[in-house]
Amino acid sequence: MQTSIIPQLRNTPDGEEADRILRACTHCGFCTATCPTYQLLGDERDSPRGRIYLIKQVLEGETPTQKTQTHLDRCLTCRACETTCPSGVEYAKLADIGRDLVEQQVERPMHERVIRWLLRHIVAYRNRFAFFFALGHIFKPLLVGPLAPLKQKMPPRRKALAWPSAENAQRTMIVLDGCVQPVAAPNTNAHAARIFSELGVRLIAPKASGCCGALSQHLAHREEADDFARRNIDAWWPYIEDGAEAIVLTASGCGASVVEYGHMLRNDPAYAEKAARVSELARDLSDVLADEDLSQLGDLGHGRQVAYHPPCTLQNAPQLHDNVAEILTQAGYQLTHVRDPHLCCGSAGTYSILQPTMANQLRENKLASLQAGDPDVIVTANIGCQLHLESAAGVPVRHWIELLEPAAAA
Amino acid sequence: MADTASADAAEQVLASRPDKAQLIEKLVAKLPEHVILHAEEDLRPFECDGLSAYRVLPMIVVLPETIEQVQIAMQVCYANDVAVVARGAGTGLSGGALPMENGVLLSLAKFKQILDIDTANRRATVQPGVRNLAISEAVSHLGLYYAPDPSSQIACSIGGNVAENSGGVHCLKYGLTTHNIVELEIVTVEGERMTIGSEALDTPGYDLLALMTGSEGLLGVIVQVVVKLLPKPERAQVVLAAFDDVRKAGEAVAAIIQAGIIPAGLEMLDNPAIVATEEFVHADYPTEAAAILLCEVDGTHAEVDEHIADVREVVEREGATEVRVSRDDAERAIFWAGRKAAFPAMGRISPDYYCMDGTIPRKALADVLIGIGELSEKYGQRVANVFHAGDGNLHPLILYDANIEGELERTEEFGGAICELCLEHGGTITGEHGVGVEKIDQMCVQFPPDELTQFHAVKQAFDSKGLLNPGKAVPTLHRCAEFGAMHVHNGELPFPELERL
Repeated sequence: MQTSIIPQLRNTPDGEEADRILRACTHCGFCTATCPTYQLLGDERDSPRGRIYLIKQVLEGETPTQKTQTHLDRCLTCRACETTCPSGVEYAKLADIGRDLVEQQVERPMHERVIRWLLRHIVAYRNRFAFFFALGHIFKPLLVGPLAPLKQKMPPRRKALAWPSAENAQRTMIVLDGCVQPVAAPNTNAHAARIFSELGVRLIAPKASGCCGALSQHLAHREEADDFARRNIDAWWPYIEDGAEAIVLTASGCGASVVEYGHMLRNDPAYAEKAARVSELARDLSDVLADEDLSQLGDLGHGRQVAYHPPCTLQNAPQLHDNVAEILTQAGYQLTHVRDPHLCCGSAGTYSILQPTMANQLRENKLASLQAGDPDVIVTANIGCQLHLESAAGVPVRHWIELLEPAAAA
Repeated sequence: MADTASADAAEQVLASRPDKAQLIEKLVAKLPEHVILHAEEDLRPFECDGLSAYRVLPMIVVLPETIEQVQIAMQVCYANDVAVVARGAGTGLSGGALPMENGVLLSLAKFKQILDIDTANRRATVQPGVRNLAISEAVSHLGLYYAPDPSSQIACSIGGNVAENSGGVHCLKYGLTTHNIVELEIVTVEGERMTIGSEALDTPGYDLLALMTGSEGLLGVIVQVVVKLLPKPERAQVVLAAFDDVRKAGEAVAAIIQAGIIPAGLEMLDNPAIVATEEFVHADYPTEAAAILLCEVDGTHAEVDEHIADVREVVEREGATEVRVSRDDAERAIFWAGRKAAFPAMGRISPDYYCMDGTIPRKALADVLIGIGELSEKYGQRVANVFHAGDGNLHPLILYDANIEGELERTEEFGGAICELCLEHGGTITGEHGVGVEKIDQMCVQFPPDELTQFHAVKQAFDSKGLLNPGKAVPTLHRCAEFGAMHVHNGELPFPELERL
């Protein structure tokens, strides 16, 4: 596609990257076919191709208004368009650049600013989120107005399982403990640690690590996301130097972010090399487990019907590999047929809070296809999807790793 | 020589300067405000379709949600003599949905419902914005599918398919869109609903359904389509044959047809196309081959077994260096995936590409391909060829960089030369992408003035004010005269009887 980016942007790292991405786009429109928002709304401006155009306008010097911002906000960043694009357009990277540029030029109304600030300053910090989560359970009835979607999203409090000591393990891997997951689903990592310990791997979650940065990134605060990345790299580095084999990501949303650390910090001389190494080591939980001998787990499923929802991040981030279906089948579960697996469930990070109408419609469609095969349980691989689906599903929704523990699987 | 009334009307519409503010007011009075877009920020994403070399900012975009709203929009435009360009998924490659700066762009993208599936009669009633592939997906569990499969089938919509009479890989055996629909509902330029065709196979009177199919939005706005569904064949298999010489591949195509085989699809990719698509799909295409043929046969198990053996024998006799047969449906899908994504995959080797659509008799394939190669050297620009070899429908993709000044102009000239090369070999300028704006000047080369005059008479019967998609598909004689003035071919001016401006 022809481009004419304004001189003040053209030679910046963002300008160069945007130009490279835009020029790969041939405007063929294939991306519109798998875009969840275009499929619902039928408006070019709510399609990847339309958004690319909206961003291109800003890069070419037009002043955006709230309208451009709205269409960019409506994008789930599910990246289904990237998987569909034959020209290899890196849409998500362009969207990050575009959102930042628009954010600088368009002031949001007060209530949007408040909720975005809260998301960035509370949800992204484990302890603060835990505090408000507990508080939320006490004051649940008071969640009204713009906070109402939070009430529906609030999962039940779950009892934490013991983390295995795994003293005799010869091998070590790091697990990201993140921000929302340890509070809302503390047992996902505990289950993973117990299974790894049986396989002779000690799973460690360094205390100093935290949010992967995706929250800030999607809320147009990339510099803040970079800081989260640096913090995690610092927390993990000693273990990496000690020979940790992998950074295991039990939430694919965070996974998609960590595999990009190398790209995010490529222009930071102090971190570029370490970040690239971290991105190399980062792997989805199912990808790591697929390399292990799981036959000792035996038949856990006894043919129980499971509907699997592969998160967008696991389907569309090229560096993450999804082996969930294979592992569950090997463990004796029967996977039901699910229509349109490529469509997002509407969770998409903070999307379900910021765009409740779209998010709920997508969830309704997703649950209809997940429940069509009459499963006993729905499983997924990302905390966001899990909580979002759980709040409206007719059957239990769990992280798939729970099905590999004999006690929990029953 | 006097032009026809319709052509005069079209020229007037093209040159008109409607009062935008007044028109917005009139539309807003009768339609919800959110379906009318008029600020530049909102309009820009609609400035082009799949042919992004041509861009025009529309005056107004209307995004109706009901047929009644389509009718109202048409009535307002008709009363105010404002041109209307209908747009489906915006994946067209000839600029058929290129907007007008003094016209309304009417998007049918919100019409996404499959209204009825009638298995007893094997029909589906669909809205125009339904994706081509979505029809087959919706009836797949019933053992049925919709046959026409343009390469953009994942995204292109059925309304646009009808407007362009789209073909696809399988049209060699199963026909174009026109052979696979039975009934259309349109909204006329005056804003009235009209049904064309019927559930029955034939209707008395002129075959208006065929006239409407491929009319490129010049005769009416399609708001509903009844398509035929076919039973999925028992089996389908693809032969992939590699050749070290383009001429041999071209001759193999003619030989397959001559052998009495009717392939479900017969496609060819030349070396640059093989290399570019292999990057995206990893179909394990032989990247060193000068050309590959993909030949699909379908039918009962016995038929397929027999034809696969026949095809193998023919291509081996014609000098194929490698022959592979798909082992299962998954492998068949991979063989096709490269072909289907071939156009946009060019985005990986070149910032821009220009897709041609000439059609030639099969026997001329090798000569035309070699001719295109010579033109490529003359113009100094790379060309990749990906095309429906079985029906002689070429898709040369001229690679260029729109950011380099003058390169688009040279590309267009090169494209024009390819069109004329096709005509010289007894072909036509377009096979399935439509004329749109892209090939409108070549229409002057293909048709003499008398025939164009008859085309205008048809247009006049449907749209006397010339408001529907003016400036596309059928050139005015005036335009042909201007084109002739700057384009002297073999020392002869086309339309010598016309006065030059």
